Amino acid sequence: MGAAMAAPTHLGNLSSLGWLLPEILVGLAVVAIFLLDLVVDDKERLGDVALGVMAIAIVLITRLLWAGDRSLFENSVVVDGFGLYFKLLVALAAFGAIWMSLGSREVHRTNQGEYWGILLASALGMMFMGSATNLLMAYLSLEFVSLTSYVLSGYKQGSRRAGEAALKYLIYGGVASGAMIYGMSWIYGLAGSLDFHAIHDALAGSPSGASLALFVALLLTLAGLGYKVAAFPFHAWAPDVYEGAPIPISGFLAVGSKAAGFALLIRFFYTALAHDGGAGAYQLVGGVSWDQLMLALSVLTMTFGNLAALNQQSNLKRLLAYSSIAHAGYVLMGLVVLTTDGLRAMLFYLAVYYVMNLGAFLVVMLVANSTGREDLDGFRGLAWRGGAWPAAAMAVFLFSLTGLPPLAGFVGKFYLFAAVVERKMYFLALAGVVNSVLSLFYYAKVVRTMFLEQPTGGEGAVTVDVHNGILLGVLVAATLVLGVAWSPLMDFADRSARFFLG
Amino acid sequence: MPTNPLTWMIFLPLLGAAVILCLPRDNHSLVKWTALAFTIPALLLAIGIYQGFDRTTAQMQYVTKIPWIPSFNIEYFVGIDGLSVTMVLLTALIAPICVAASWEIDKAPKAYFALFLVLIAAMMGVFCALDFFLFFVFWEVMLLPMYFLIGIWGGPRREYAAIKFFLYTMVGSVLMLIAMLALYFHNDPHTFDMLKLAEARSTYSSTFQSLAWLALFIGFAIKIPAFPFHTWLPDAHVEAPTAISVILAGVLLKMGTYGILRVNFPILPEGTLRYAFWLLAALGAWNIVYGALCAMAQKDLKKLIAYSSISHMGYVMFGMASLTAEGIDGAVLQMFNHGTVTAMLFLLVGVIYDRAHHRNIDGFGGLASIMPVYTAWVALAFFAAMGLPGLSAFISEVLVLLGGWRNYPGLTAVAASAVVLTAGYMLWAMQRVYLGKPNEKYLNLPDISPREIATLVPLGIIVIVLGVYPHAILDLIDTSLQHLNGTVLAAGKAAGAVASAASGAAAH
Repeated sequence: MGAAMAAPTHLGNLSSLGWLLPEILVGLAVVAIFLLDLVVDDKERLGDVALGVMAIAIVLITRLLWAGDRSLFENSVVVDGFGLYFKLLVALAAFGAIWMSLGSREVHRTNQGEYWGILLASALGMMFMGSATNLLMAYLSLEFVSLTSYVLSGYKQGSRRAGEAALKYLIYGGVASGAMIYGMSWIYGLAGSLDFHAIHDALAGSPSGASLALFVALLLTLAGLGYKVAAFPFHAWAPDVYEGAPIPISGFLAVGSKAAGFALLIRFFYTALAHDGGAGAYQLVGGVSWDQLMLALSVLTMTFGNLAALNQQSNLKRLLAYSSIAHAGYVLMGLVVLTTDGLRAMLFYLAVYYVMNLGAFLVVMLVANSTGREDLDGFRGLAWRGGAWPAAAMAVFLFSLTGLPPLAGFVGKFYLFAAVVERKMYFLALAGVVNSVLSLFYYAKVVRTMFLEQPTGGEGAVTVDVHNGILLGVLVAATLVLGVAWSPLMDFADRSARFFLG
Repeated sequence: MPTNPLTWMIFLPLLGAAVILCLPRDNHSLVKWTALAFTIPALLLAIGIYQGFDRTTAQMQYVTKIPWIPSFNIEYFVGIDGLSVTMVLLTALIAPICVAASWEIDKAPKAYFALFLVLIAAMMGVFCALDFFLFFVFWEVMLLPMYFLIGIWGGPRREYAAIKFFLYTMVGSVLMLIAMLALYFHNDPHTFDMLKLAEARSTYSSTFQSLAWLALFIGFAIKIPAFPFHTWLPDAHVEAPTAISVILAGVLLKMGTYGILRVNFPILPEGTLRYAFWLLAALGAWNIVYGALCAMAQKDLKKLIAYSSISHMGYVMFGMASLTAEGIDGAVLQMFNHGTVTAMLFLLVGVIYDRAHHRNIDGFGGLASIMPVYTAWVALAFFAAMGLPGLSAFISEVLVLLGGWRNYPGLTAVAASAVVLTAGYMLWAMQRVYLGKPNEKYLNLPDISPREIATLVPLGIIVIVLGVYPHAILDLIDTSLQHLNGTVLAAGKAAGAVASAASGAAAH
């Protein structure tokens, strides 16, 4: 143990490589898949390769959990509890998305090998987003994720909606990342460094005379980050992209891209613009009350997402897109409170959100696979025309998203509300719970369509194959189990709710 | 193996639900017998608890306390005192009756009985839980099966009724969630243990008591349901299948008044004293009168009984508001009595609905000569609901009014006058449906069947026995309730002493 303590924690370029095995593996796999694409005829096999690579990457990430914290590549990326938590989450999201893609008719029809390579590349970028500790690295990883996502969301060939989705995503993304890099340049100007920790020190050491400039810089930076997590008012791309993209990709964007965005957002704001003031409470530096900004963002995001979802009548993917906006708002509540309790609540919630939201997308995919429909009418009477299990699973996922016990989503929301009430921010808690009630209305609408309405006969039968059934079973079980025995995950989130500051 | 009967009573139905889901789809009678088999043990355990319950102490009995989520100090903590034991008995009694009353369910019986058992488990859990978090979880778990039971097996407007019930209750419960968290963080070390929360009652500031009390009260009042949160109830009742109406009125409504007595009274006594007059007594009296007036205007027999429930639950609020020995005993006795009487009423409405497929009060006439045995049962239930001396509800209503008289004589006069209204709508309905010239259309209706009588017999016996020997229940509840009442009054005295000391100091 003594020797481990003495080992250097800040590593140079070469010695860093050993701590980056998961990323290196995924990166090599991307190249390998592009090359194999030239020689392999059955492109599904490439999907199997991608799935295997992701599985190995998950194991490699898990091994790093006990290896201690390191700062790599001259302080550009870090391996710490927080980063590994998100790396694991993103890798699991990619694994789920690949598994879903292998069982998806839409993806199967395209029969193109590079789909798997680009999916892995996107995951690679997300893994870096959670561990970047340098504005440049942050920007590069975020942009890498964006570029790959543009391609993935437009992957359905011959579909106008897919083309529209990719184009909208690209244009919104271009504007947002432009604003962000402009904001970052202001921050560099104010702090004289791109390194999160150095920015913190510079801001903490300076009088707060430049707080207006910093405020503007943060607003601009938030545009890029808010766009990634689909927070109001940077959310407008989400419904169109979710609708146009292949369903596994919509799911991947909703759970993976959002988690990675939050990882970057949280690390940047908690390490560059605040520091642990002791007793689990964070203190702001730089004289900008960005927690108030987050408060407004949180309330607006959840309210807008829910109200828009209430208005959303037909397409399930659009409904889930608005719901995912609303959930970004809930998660932001954890950022507002500036405590370790809020931090771990966010980590916990994003993991739970992964399980239940991916599950919801999976059921949408199952129905689309069998009937080719993604609209609410395609779900009519699902429980009474052979789809009792997917319907029941969907009900579990949707009620979990609503936040009802004994499902995982309740526990996630419970910890978020607890963190808010602990700080006596009753107004925010009230906004959160009122929004939960609002959300019940549209989630229950789907449940009602599946269970309370009778099929009219034209909907088509829904069947579940073994491949998708396994994933569905795992996700349902996880949603139920995490609703009553969440201690292990909470302990893990608790352990991961800290940053390596060197 | 857990040795606590309460744990068995909560989790046996859940196990039953799991077993039912594994049964073959087509064997309907196997599903029904299994459901019955998983509700009978709870009834037997309840009888054992009734005999073994220590009537001389206000302490919690049959206690089990196991850490559930240690890092957040959440426990599996169950136990009962005189307040909850009556509700546990009621739930255990109503459950098998409802299974028997659901015997004719043909649409997806597997799902129906599985959901029904989950509902029973959740309600039993609410009445046994002493950890606020556990209480909340059971409280919410009850929502989902209820939503589906009304929404899938209900009447023509079932979708509307189901979502309305769901939304109303959820609005209440999210407010409860915030109050619960506020209480949790107010205590150091943080705890959800209701007994510890109650011990710390003197540390909650006056404003905190008021706000938390109101947040909790709204959650519970929606369930009672108290005016103006009552509108979900008639809709839910009219659309729900018979057995679900029985469980809804018989047990579920009591969760509201039980919550007030379990949470608001001991934990926030100052808030209780502050709002006792307006939000419990005055609102309760208004509930009694308003419910009775609405009942009188109904054309649908089931809706009439739904409004009579609103009226009768008003007595419970009024009784507990009096903060007197008689009033609070009467309130809890009324909770039990209303559970049995209203269960009978809904079962009886179900009988006629199954035969005539409508419930229009004016669409019948002279049923007494066509279905004499049935009408005899109806007479018993209607007279019990009216509060006829010799039947159970009379005792509890008199106790409530006696207790109320001491503190709110004016309101008591209003509440007591509603007895006339109750007699009015009950007798009027009786006359229109059962007396007079028989309706030609229904001359061939078969009389009540042995299965239907079997569901009514235990309730009828209880209604008569408690009418002449109310101590069978009063002995159970008295010690705990007097202790609870004393707690609230003592907090009032302490607050008064502090206030007078402060004003005395100011005068000097």
